[in-house]
Order: sequence, then C-alpha cells, then structure tokens
Amino acid sequence: MTAGALSLASGASAADTKDVQMLHWWTSGGEAAAVNVIREALAKQGYGWKDVPVAGGGGGAAMTTLKAMVAAGNPPTASQILGYYAMDYSEAGKLADITPLATKGDWAKVIPTALQKFTTVDGKWGAVPVNIHSVNWIWVNKALMEKIGGTEPKTFDELIALLDKAKKAGVIPLALGGQPWQEATMFDSVVTSTGGVEFYKKAFIDLDENALKSDTMKKSFDNLAKLRDYLDPNYAGRDWNLATAMVIKGDALLQVMGDWAKGEFKNANKEAGKDYLCYRFPGTDGSVLYNTDMFAFFQVSADRQAAQTALADTTMSPDVQIDFNLIKGSAPARMDVSDAKFDACGKKAIADIKAANAKGTFLGSMAQNYAQPPAIATAYYDVVTKFLHGEIKTSDEAVKQLIAAIDSAK
Amino acid sequence: MSAADALLAAPSREPARHSNVTRVVIYGLLIVFAIIYLLPLVVMVMTSLKPLEEVTGGNMFYLPQHLTFEPWTKAWGTACVGLTCAGLKGYVWNSVKMVVPAVLISTLLGALNGYVLTKWRFPGHKLVFGMMLFACFIPFQSVLIPMATILGKLGAIGQSLENTIGLSLGFGNPTVNLVLVHVVYGLGFTTLFFRNYYETFPNELVRAAQIDGASFFQIFRRILLPNSMPIFIVTVIYQFTNIWNDFLFGSTFAAGDSAPMTVALYNIVNTSTGVVEYNTNMAAAMIAAAPTLVVYVLAGRYFVSGLMAGAVKG
Amino acid sequence: MTTTTQPIALAVVHQPHGGMRDRLRDWLPRLVLGPSFLLILFFVYGFNLWTLLLSFTNSKAFSNFNFIGWANYLKLWTWTFQSDPPSNWYTAIVNMGIFGGLYVVFCLALGLFLAILLDQKIRGEGVLRPLYLYPLALSFIVTGTAWKLFLDPRIGLEKAVHDLGWTSFHFDWVVNPRMMIYCVAIAGIWQTSGFVMAMFLAALRGIDSEILKAAQIDGASVYATYRRIIIPMMRPAFMSALIILTHMAIKSYDLVLSVTGKNPGGAAELPSTFMYSYTFTRNQMGVGSASAVIMLATIAAIMVPYLYSELKEKRQ
Repeated sequence: MTAGALSLASGASAADTKDVQMLHWWTSGGEAAAVNVIREALAKQGYGWKDVPVAGGGGGAAMTTLKAMVAAGNPPTASQILGYYAMDYSEAGKLADITPLATKGDWAKVIPTALQKFTTVDGKWGAVPVNIHSVNWIWVNKALMEKIGGTEPKTFDELIALLDKAKKAGVIPLALGGQPWQEATMFDSVVTSTGGVEFYKKAFIDLDENALKSDTMKKSFDNLAKLRDYLDPNYAGRDWNLATAMVIKGDALLQVMGDWAKGEFKNANKEAGKDYLCYRFPGTDGSVLYNTDMFAFFQVSADRQAAQTALADTTMSPDVQIDFNLIKGSAPARMDVSDAKFDACGKKAIADIKAANAKGTFLGSMAQNYAQPPAIATAYYDVVTKFLHGEIKTSDEAVKQLIAAIDSAK
Repeated sequence: MSAADALLAAPSREPARHSNVTRVVIYGLLIVFAIIYLLPLVVMVMTSLKPLEEVTGGNMFYLPQHLTFEPWTKAWGTACVGLTCAGLKGYVWNSVKMVVPAVLISTLLGALNGYVLTKWRFPGHKLVFGMMLFACFIPFQSVLIPMATILGKLGAIGQSLENTIGLSLGFGNPTVNLVLVHVVYGLGFTTLFFRNYYETFPNELVRAAQIDGASFFQIFRRILLPNSMPIFIVTVIYQFTNIWNDFLFGSTFAAGDSAPMTVALYNIVNTSTGVVEYNTNMAAAMIAAAPTLVVYVLAGRYFVSGLMAGAVKG
Repeated sequence: MTTTTQPIALAVVHQPHGGMRDRLRDWLPRLVLGPSFLLILFFVYGFNLWTLLLSFTNSKAFSNFNFIGWANYLKLWTWTFQSDPPSNWYTAIVNMGIFGGLYVVFCLALGLFLAILLDQKIRGEGVLRPLYLYPLALSFIVTGTAWKLFLDPRIGLEKAVHDLGWTSFHFDWVVNPRMMIYCVAIAGIWQTSGFVMAMFLAALRGIDSEILKAAQIDGASVYATYRRIIIPMMRPAFMSALIILTHMAIKSYDLVLSVTGKNPGGAAELPSTFMYSYTFTRNQMGVGSASAVIMLATIAAIMVPYLYSELKEKRQ
C-alpha cells in the first residue's frame, strides 16, 4: 500500500479510494453493533471503512463537523443525517446524484412516500433512509400493569384513568425525562391523540394557522398539563434512558418514547410481551409519527464514487435492512422485507408503517425534526418545554407563543 | 539562582505572629475547603469503581459494594468510540502529537512577542498589545466555518503539492491544522503572560548586553530565556490544559482517525439513543484528565513561583 | 519595582555606520512581532468582520449574501425585552449576568481568600495547592456530568443528607429549571477558583517585604496592611485573572448543557449556547452571527476601558 505510506508521510487527508468515509453519531455499543452490519457487508465487497464518529447533541456536533468538512471542500463519502439537513445540502448542490441506483433498485416503490421528500429533491436522489423509528408508543411494565388490573388504553381519557390507577397503587405513573426533545416527543403524541391525525397534519405538517390557534390545540396543551400531574418531582433534566430504567425496574408504570427504547429493554434482558408491553399512544393507533436516520451522499472525486455506490446499494439491500434494524430496534426503511425475525413490537411497527403509508397517516414527527425544518422544530421545543416547566402558564398563552415562535422562525 | 527562586526561598515577611486560635481557624478553613473541592473527585472515583447497577440503583456516596476495575479497562481499551471499540488509548497519541507542538510554538511566539513589546518598544506598542489581548475574547463558535474554509484551501495546496512534488508538507493534515488553530488562538494568552513577566525584567541587563554588541536574538537567547523558566512553565501549563481539553476545534476539524482524545471521550460519554454507562464515563474522564493532573502536580511548584515572578505583575 | 523602561532601540539607532544592517536591526523586532500580529489580525479581527457581515444577511444553514439590513438585530432587540414568558435571548442575557457575575466575583473572592490563607506559612501547602487546582484539569463535560449527578436529589447530595438523618434537607436546584443556572455557577466556580488562587498566591509572594516591614513599623494592623497595601498591589493580578475568567465564562457551553441536561425549560440559556444553537442547530446563521456580534460588543464595552486604564497607568 504505497499510497498509504505516502499519505502517512505527507499527511494528505483524502480518504483512500477503496474506503467509505462515514460521518455519524452512533457511538454507543448497541448502535455501533448495528452499523457494523453495514461495514461487514461492505468489507465482503472489498471496501474499507473510515469511521468519523462525532457524538453529542443528538447529532448537533456531527452536523457542525459536516458543515466544516463541506466548507473545506473535503466532504465524507456519506453522513448520517436528518431529513431537513439533507434537503439543505441538496439545495446547495452538495449532494451526489444517485438516481441511477434508485431507478435500478426501484426504491421509489419500496420506501414510504413521505420519506421521499427528503431523499429526492427535484427528482434527484441524494440520500437513502436506513431505518424508520416512530415516536407514538407507550412502553408499559407488564407486571405492574397486571398488578393494578390495567388494560390497554385506547383513548386519552382511558390513559388518564390508567395513570390514576397507578398513582393509587403507589407507583410513579408516568416516567419522563424532562429534556426539551423528550417533552416535545410526548407532545407530538398528545396532539395526535387529542385532535386526531388529520389535525396533527394540518397543524404541524401544513402549519395551518387556523389549526394552530384552534381550541383543539388549546385542549392539547391542557392534556399535556394533565399528564404533568403524573410525573415524579425529579423529572427535570433526566436522561431518557434513566426514565426507561424506571419502567424496567418497576418504579414507574409507563413511558412515552420512541421505539429506540426497545434497546434499553433488550439490554436489560427483557422480552416484549413477557416483561413489557408496547402500545401505540392511546388514540394514535393507525398512524405512525416517524423519524428516520438517513445517509446523505456527497459529491466526491471520481475515484471515490465506486465505494459510494457500494454503500448506497448495500444500505438498501434487504438483508442489511433486516439485520441492521434487528439490532437497532427500529423498522426497516424498505417496506418489502420479511418481518419474520422481528419480535412482537417490531412486527407491529412494520405492519403499522405499511398500513399508514397506504392510508396517508405516515407523518413526520415534529419533535424529531421530520415535520418542519430545524428552526421551526426548535421553536416548538421552546414552547412545549416552557409550558411544561411553568414558564408559560396557561394553554391560551402557549398557543399564542407557539404561533409567534413559528412565525419568527420562518 | 533566579530572582524568582531568591524571592521564593527567603521568607518575604516576618514570621506571622498569629495566635494559636487564628492558626486553628486558618487550618480549619483550609481543610473544609479542601474537602469541598475533593468531594466531587471522590464521588467520581467511587462511581468509576462500581458496577452499573449500583450506580443507577443507589446513592452516589455509598462505597462500592462490588469493587470492579472493569470500567477502567473498558474506558482504556474496549469502550466504543463509534465503530471502533478500542477505548481511549489510540487517541491519546493523537492528542499528544497535537498538543506538544501547539504548546511549544505558541509559548515561544508569546515569549518573543513579550520580549519585543517590552524591550524593543516602538510607537503604538500599547495599542498593539491591547489589540492582541482582545484575541482572548473571541467566541470560538463564530470562527468555525471561516476557519474550515481556510483550512480547506490549505488542504487544496497540500493536494497540489503532493501531485507535483510528492509531498504535501503537512498542508491539509488534520493534526497540523489543529496545531495552527490552537497556536493562533493561544497567542493572546501567551503574549499576555510573557509581556507582563518581561515588563519587570531589569532593563539594565539588556542594555549592558547591547553595549557589548549582542544582537536581538542573542539577548533573547542568553539573557531572557534562561531566566524565564517560571513563566515558561506557567504558560505551558495553561496552554496544555486548554488545548488538551478542547473539544470544539478537535471535533470540527479533525474528526475521524486523527481525532484528539477529547473527541473520543465525548463519543464515549455522549450517546443519544444508547445506554449511558456512568461508571465507564467517569473512568474515561479521569484517564483523559490524567496527563494534565500529572503536569499540575509535578510542575506545581514552578507554577506558583512562575506566576509570582511576574505573569501577574504589571 | 521601579524599573525604567526607556526604549532600548534608541541606544542603537544613531550609530555612525549602518545603513542596511541598522535598518534591519530596527525592523527586526517588528518583523518578529509581525507574524503573530498578522495572524491575530486575520484570524481574529478578520473573522469577526466576517461574522459582522453575516449578521446583516439572512443566512440560514449556509452563509449567503442576501442583505436584510438590521432585521436580525431588530429581532434580538425585541427579544431582549420579552420577559414574560422569557424569550431565549432574554434568558441568555439575564443568565450571563447571573452566571458571569457570580462566576467572576466568587472565583476572584474565593481565589483571593484561599491565597491569603495559604500564604500564612501553612504546612502541607504543597499538598493543598494542587488539590484546589486540580478541577481545572477536568474537561467541561466531565465537570458538568459529575456535578449533575452530585446534585441530583434522588441519588446525590440530598439523598445522602437524608440518609444521614437530616430528612428535611432540600436541595433540588439541579432539577428546578429556574435554579439550574446557579448549579452551573457552582460547578464553574469549583473548577476555576483554584487557578485564580494560584495566580493570587504568586502575586502575594512577590510583594516586596520592605514595604510590609515599613507598614508594620508604622503600626498598621494586619487588616489595614491587607486593605491598603497588599490588595492594591495585586491589581495586575486582578487584571490577568479577570481576563482569564471572562474568557472562560464566555466559553462555557458544554458545562451548561451537561449540568442542566440539555437545558430543559430553556432556563439555562447563555449567549454561547444561544449563538451555537441558532447558527448550527436551528440553521439561522444570520441571527446567530448577530448575537455573536452583540456578545463581542458587550465584552469590548467592558474590557476596552478597563484595559485602557490599566495599561495607561504603567509607570511610563
């Protein structure tokens, strides 16, 4: 490898051409294991892997690094990325054009339509989704549920009743980590539950002003306030996985969280159906509020393109889609792969996605940056977290602030 | 013996005629504060020696019930920093490769700057000094993108050099880039330290040397440098701490194989949707802090005498 | 202490022979200083100008040159007065005042206090000094995480005190969004006060014993000696310490996020977090740049007069 020796001596930073240089923020053991599936698949084809991991801020630090790399004219082969950021890069003309691959693999048919808004800009494919997570789930400790004689809540009121039962039994009804993104994630579900999925779509996807200032929105905030009564006093600033730990241990009855929570249960050797139950957030069954991890491909020199093509193809291949998501706890981004290997919650997730995509109730989570660009999503966080922690005191005020914040961020 | 050592060795004041009560009070206060300062460290060490269930399940002040060094071995050798699960050890060398040149260069430049600003004054020297001092206040976040662009251009130069003469001479090398960045943004501080130190350095010595015909650099080399050990140590310690612990520049400009150890540490400690292992995190944090701690303890004596000898005097 | 500082260059400028060599010698100092000055000019002042430029555009994810005049500043101006419910910028300003003020004042006070104590011929100074100093060696994220756990009511300080028997002890500041900034201040003070102590200790050691003896002979009390002689002689030390502390207060971004757990309720916003989030996370680079400019202008407004007065007073 004389090229390698020279590059060491000279220190040039261009990646070896048979290597895929990948920027991402999957740095925990479980996440790394999932990405390893892709790496190994690439290794079998003779491609190496140059890892560029930058953790922190839910991808925030990685996105800064990406901006710097692109500004320096030295982009990675691909980067883990969230939808709107991919669109930004595409519009700035920085993404590679992988449309030929997409046509060959018929991706447009097997990827949910809503996702294609982010992968394809002006008809050109620049990114692929790796997985689909959804946020409108509740995770319940089965033993506790049976102890208090609870059943699956199908409406918001039934949820309140269930939480009441838990409170009377002396357990913390609702485990929440009081960080803005977690609170907003929960609120996504509350809004969908309160006003129905059509309302969610009008308010958050279309940003329809009438929907945003309607009584339904006010009622959503009221409902959020109701949930606040079921939290323990130390919830502010708590990490999400510590809240999951409360459910796993039996200190709390349930948590509202996306399905990456499955990873925690698995790590604690808990089985779906046996130790814990997964239900759609009451009132949202039939809709999927999704977020997805995507790989965006950047314009690189001709000698690096073979590796890039291999990465795109490999990521979308059915085997990798299954294996990756089995480890990660999410559902495959391809709707046409077999669900045989997935557990009960995974099977439900896959089935829900197919159904929701067909019905048009497969919608981006506002809290997870898939309904609106980051400027608006963070404005959303601001209002929800301030309301929950009492800086915004009434639901009327919250509605007003929400509209003002969204306007100011446009 | 330098002026610094002389002042440090000889008691500068009469033995304090404190009563016993005062001394007890003084010692008492010092010990109370020592405990307060130590407590978080004690907690961190204890946490790093507990298995994870004990940490999340219990009270952090409890002694470990099942003492384990696994978090330490994990942090050093097997914790996951992205796909590579080989702990911190590989990245420590990246940091050393970057910190040592950055500290030495910025310190040397600071010394030369301080020398010029105090012994070779020119009209406007105070304004120049003030302008250089202001560099200490720039918020680093605002320079990330412009700097990336510049570094990219340097990388392009490196590429063309490599294509023509086969060597890129370090242009575009991430470690070199980081050294450049840290030198530039450390100049304000190093100049501040040395300038204040040399301000009180007797001018007679310099003038005598000049009359003897010594040149600019000879005076620097033979008269000022040998007597600058204390301030040299001070600057080195300050720069070392800041550059060693820097995350922002390291992650933005050198992510990947050349990443400094802080980036690896953050990757281990910060997971967005994974399990948080507090015990490994604490162990990793202490491994990361170890070199700096060693530097402090060893050079502590010089540190104080160095500052005394003039970094802080007018 | 009273060194004369005549420009030394004068001594050589009027040599009879010379020409090239002398001109070189005159210019050599400036040539030596030059690169550093130019580097700072470009990478500090140049980049600041760039940020200033961007603050007048509506840059979003990437920089562009769509100039929109003062719009970003107007936004920030309106937000400055939006206090109920507080806008992020309002919170950032208030917090900078609280955090910055507490951090600087307490680090200076604590540093001075400990330095004076340590200066009293203490045995074991060699042990105590690094003990106060070591927190600086820890990186911000570690300090923040450690303190967050340490102050956590459920598994930290409050629980420990309860276990010791004092069950009505209440210290939930770290989970109370409104009090979180004080926890950040505590962590920050713990981290840096040792360094300030070392700076002051050195300054104390450098005070000329003759002056102190004279004061003693005049019958001045210990307290008066400190107040009238020692502390004023430490003004240069204060200057260096103040510069370092201001720099660190501005820099503290990771500390805030890790102590508060990602800033719930938005209550622990600081200008540094505001600037970063608007520029990078929210993709509103124009607003972020404007906030950076305001940050710089505020610091300049405080530091420039201060530096001017300090530098001017050198016995020149």
